[in-house]
Amino acid sequence: MTRPSLTSIRAIVPRPTGWQGVAGDWSSDQRAFKNVSWGKVMMWIFLLSDTFVFSCFLLSYMTVRISTTVPWPKPSEVFALTIGGKSIPLILIAIMTFVLISSSGTMAIAVNFGYRRYRVKTAIMMLATAAFGATFVGMQALEWTKLITEGVRPWGNPWGAVQFGSAFFLITGFHGAHVSIGVIFLIIVARKVWRGDFDRGARGFFTSRRGRYEIVEIMGLYWHFVDLVWVFIFAFFYLW
Amino acid sequence: MTQTTPGGEGAQHPIKLYLVVWGGLFVLSTFSYLVDYFNLQGNLRWSLILLFMIMKAGLIVAIFMHMAWERLALIYAILTPPLLVLVFVGIMVFESDYTHLTRIIFFGAQS
Repeated sequence: MTRPSLTSIRAIVPRPTGWQGVAGDWSSDQRAFKNVSWGKVMMWIFLLSDTFVFSCFLLSYMTVRISTTVPWPKPSEVFALTIGGKSIPLILIAIMTFVLISSSGTMAIAVNFGYRRYRVKTAIMMLATAAFGATFVGMQALEWTKLITEGVRPWGNPWGAVQFGSAFFLITGFHGAHVSIGVIFLIIVARKVWRGDFDRGARGFFTSRRGRYEIVEIMGLYWHFVDLVWVFIFAFFYLW
Repeated sequence: MTQTTPGGEGAQHPIKLYLVVWGGLFVLSTFSYLVDYFNLQGNLRWSLILLFMIMKAGLIVAIFMHMAWERLALIYAILTPPLLVLVFVGIMVFESDYTHLTRIIFFGAQS
């Protein structure tokens, strides 16, 4: 697991920290991100671009909500569920939030197990994460079905501002697509971990490069990001 | 240790850390749900929603995504650009307030 050519100098000269470290890292004429592998950096940069995508969605939602002269439907009532004859506001969304946070928890533990080279435990925690993710998507499908049968469309709804439907379907749909892709990605990586690809240094079918347990962490970055986006959607769309 | 295992700092944290953060996220989510459940309104509502949101986002990025242990060069490169989106938010608030105003003036409030 060592990268000799890169680590040799590092071990001798300690790198400065703080602002001096920032300046030093960027001006070194080599690579800016010293102890982060290219895979992690690329995932972070992808997530940064994805942040802008979701920012634009939430911003356009904010814009249409502020500028409309028609009252905005109350999310607290729209997303209420009747359980046992009692209407509980936003309960499905709250459960979805807890499910997604739990998936993040199992993912964080999977990353930790991955670095300890616990092959089977890592795969199990990743599959648990995928199961939570699939549950989340399932509940979202339920929510969409409920709203569509109640007459919510991208161009109108029974309660107020027409932009409610378009903002809802766009934002939650895009987030749900991210979760679905994450579940597929999780299952693929979990299968590789399970087979022991990263212990044997087996070559990937697509890249023909030897995989490392680091892919679990890269996968984890993506998954936590999906949870992170939900934190903002939950606050701005459902609670606001 | 961290020098020889690329990105291997994750291995040094006890599982307990993640369980504590997990619990913390659960508690914060419950709080933000209760804001809606007890139907708090006005500034109290917005400030509590934003507070819990920022705390949750901070915990996820810092601990779950290991940002707290990265070098500052990466932290600034990734976290500064999203903060600049706030400028965009400011611009759009002005713009949509203006649109709202013109709609009221020219179409009248239809509620």
